[in-house]
Amino acid sequence: MADIDMAKDQINGSEIVIKALQDQGVEVVFGYPGGAVLPIYDAIFQQNKLRHVLVRQEGGAVHAAEGYARSTGKVGCVLVTSGPGATNAVTGLLDAMLDSVPLVCLCGQVPTHLIGNDAFQEADTTGITRPCTKHNYLVKSIEDLPRIMHEAFYVAQSGRPGPVVIDLPKDILMALGDYTPPTKVKHKSYNPQVKGDTKAIAAAVKMLSKAKKPIIYAGGGVINSGPAAGQLLKQLTQLTGAPITLTLMALGAYPASDKQYLGMLGMHGTYEANMAMHDCDVMLCVGARFDDRITGRLDAFSPNSKKIHIDIDPSSINKSVAVDLPIIGDVGHVLEDMIKVWKSTQSKIDAKGLAHWWKQIEDWRAKDCLSYIKDDNIIKPQLAIERLYELTRAHNDVFITTEVGQHQMWAAQHFKFDKPNRWMTSGGLGTMGYGLPAALGVQVAHPDALVIDIAGEASILMNIQELGTIAQYKLPVKVFILNNQYMGMVRQWQQLLHGGRYSESFMDGMPDFVKLAESFGLKGLRATHPDELDDAIKEMLASDNSVILDIAVSPEENCYPMIPSGSAHNEMIFGDDVKVDGAISEDGMVLV
Amino acid sequence: MSDGVYAANPYHEEERRHTISVLVDNEPGVLARVIGLFSGRGYNIESLTVAETRHRQALSRITVVTSGTAMIIEQIKAQLNRLVPVHSVSDLTIEGPSVERELALVKVVSSGDKRVESLSIADIFRARVVDSTNESFVFEIVGDSGKLNAFIELMKPLGLVDVSRTGVVAIARGPKGMAGQD
Repeated sequence: MADIDMAKDQINGSEIVIKALQDQGVEVVFGYPGGAVLPIYDAIFQQNKLRHVLVRQEGGAVHAAEGYARSTGKVGCVLVTSGPGATNAVTGLLDAMLDSVPLVCLCGQVPTHLIGNDAFQEADTTGITRPCTKHNYLVKSIEDLPRIMHEAFYVAQSGRPGPVVIDLPKDILMALGDYTPPTKVKHKSYNPQVKGDTKAIAAAVKMLSKAKKPIIYAGGGVINSGPAAGQLLKQLTQLTGAPITLTLMALGAYPASDKQYLGMLGMHGTYEANMAMHDCDVMLCVGARFDDRITGRLDAFSPNSKKIHIDIDPSSINKSVAVDLPIIGDVGHVLEDMIKVWKSTQSKIDAKGLAHWWKQIEDWRAKDCLSYIKDDNIIKPQLAIERLYELTRAHNDVFITTEVGQHQMWAAQHFKFDKPNRWMTSGGLGTMGYGLPAALGVQVAHPDALVIDIAGEASILMNIQELGTIAQYKLPVKVFILNNQYMGMVRQWQQLLHGGRYSESFMDGMPDFVKLAESFGLKGLRATHPDELDDAIKEMLASDNSVILDIAVSPEENCYPMIPSGSAHNEMIFGDDVKVDGAISEDGMVLV
Repeated sequence: MSDGVYAANPYHEEERRHTISVLVDNEPGVLARVIGLFSGRGYNIESLTVAETRHRQALSRITVVTSGTAMIIEQIKAQLNRLVPVHSVSDLTIEGPSVERELALVKVVSSGDKRVESLSIADIFRARVVDSTNESFVFEIVGDSGKLNAFIELMKPLGLVDVSRTGVVAIARGPKGMAGQD
């Protein structure tokens, strides 16, 4: 009798999966069905709490979940089938890995007895995804399933966030087992440090207070730590009076409208930000990782500064740039403690030195490095972004996603963000095709917000199929295409590095984006002249439907300022008027 | 921290050999994670051994001998530490004294004087004969890698035909155990 009672409480693996997702607070799953995950899709059909968004290709599902995760701070959830379903997800998983986005990706797998048999739609998913996930699991027994489901969410969002894959053989999904809810038991091996060392924090405050030319360089860790970290960053910046610059990943972590903000730094960052990084005497790095797009030539990177590095991931410390004072911990906690110590010790940066530093920075600012040559007859891409920004300012909440390339950098330079979680872009991996599915994920999370994918005409085609998802769920995503007919950034590099030989960077056979939009039941608009731009943007914003606005921009515009690869922060180039041939050294040529 | 530029930088370019001991969950794929980390990030593996050490806790110890600059070694340890099934990482080369041992099976084919000489050298090295035919010996030798190298060098002119080595295992001297093991 007891056995029968026990069996009665048992549910099948698919139901365990759904129950665990619900207990982990998952509201939406982005996915695509297939043979190996049919039991989960059956379980989804028989419940109403968990919403499933059907994408058009698994790669889109992962980027959509990334957009969802980065705009909400929650874990994004993906469901794909075995074999090609899982391999299509790989790019998105690596994208999430490099940009530290918390995801849980459930992959179907052939039944356990067929694993290793080259079965239909079999792939060694854990093998393939091992280097592009934070962790992955192959569930081999129904008893392990509830624990692994909960552990995956713990791993995805604790410490430095990242993607976690759970490979689910079909027989496990159909086997009966007991569900166990999440527990608060300490993980047996993975327990990242969140509180910073108090001695190191005191030393950091002392070092910063003695600076004459301080700079705060903040990265995506501030966003990942949560909105409180952004507030604390603002507080510390204002307490110290130091200038602050943000990485591509961190835009919005500090209000762009504030006077202490120098703009983005790095390869296409502002002159004032990069020069201040180069000339500073104390650098406080907050949740950033000295990426090669940030540092430029390493041996010339900020040569005279002492560097303090706050990071939750010890492997980020001293990876490429040796720092003087590392602080391991969550930036939110560490900033909070730093502010406490700063106040209690009544620390103050020498006013005279700081004033002198700011005067120097104002001189750099006066260069107005983001200016460009206006044109009355052709739409400059920078102008298009500026007008988009101006015309969306009245909107309550604006979320921007981008693809990858020149348009991405122009968006980062000319669109101003005052709040975190409003800017979704593929930074580390540089995944063309990220923006459209990411935008739909953002829109699913924020149905009433204005969500715009700033795109290039080449990138958008990489995941153009997601227009179908946008149409199916009536998501009012706006697609803002800067159409220059080239893979613009490739063409720019070919111009600067390869003697203007535009090898395969021009695409003929482009679709008519207006008709393409209409074929999906969406609205299509086009602007080809500066006089049409504002009206087209206004019409796009006024529509309740999803809109593609195709903007013909000047085809051979380059994105400046630029630190050529292999060059230092103080060796920026500003425009085509400077001699660009040979702007990049032989050493720089081999770099990407 | 001194005042000079980069004076506090403890790094220099000299490469050094380190023996790193990693305590991991004994679960499928854990070795692939460690090896994949080394190959994916371009680190060297000079030798690697792995076996279960605590059956009840399902823990294995991976001993890896690697070489690199101080900055690379620090990266290797940090990267190993952030793998989810890794319980602890210790660098036996810098964390106090340790004992290192390796075992080799060495097959020598010879006759006459050479056969006698191989036996007497084996005696000096305290290698044991674990297999013998009329024309061959298999020696078992235990020691640090240097001792094994020396023995193998000496056997070369005496008819060495095959060597099988275990790779290095190591443990810290003294009473203290590694974190994660009570």
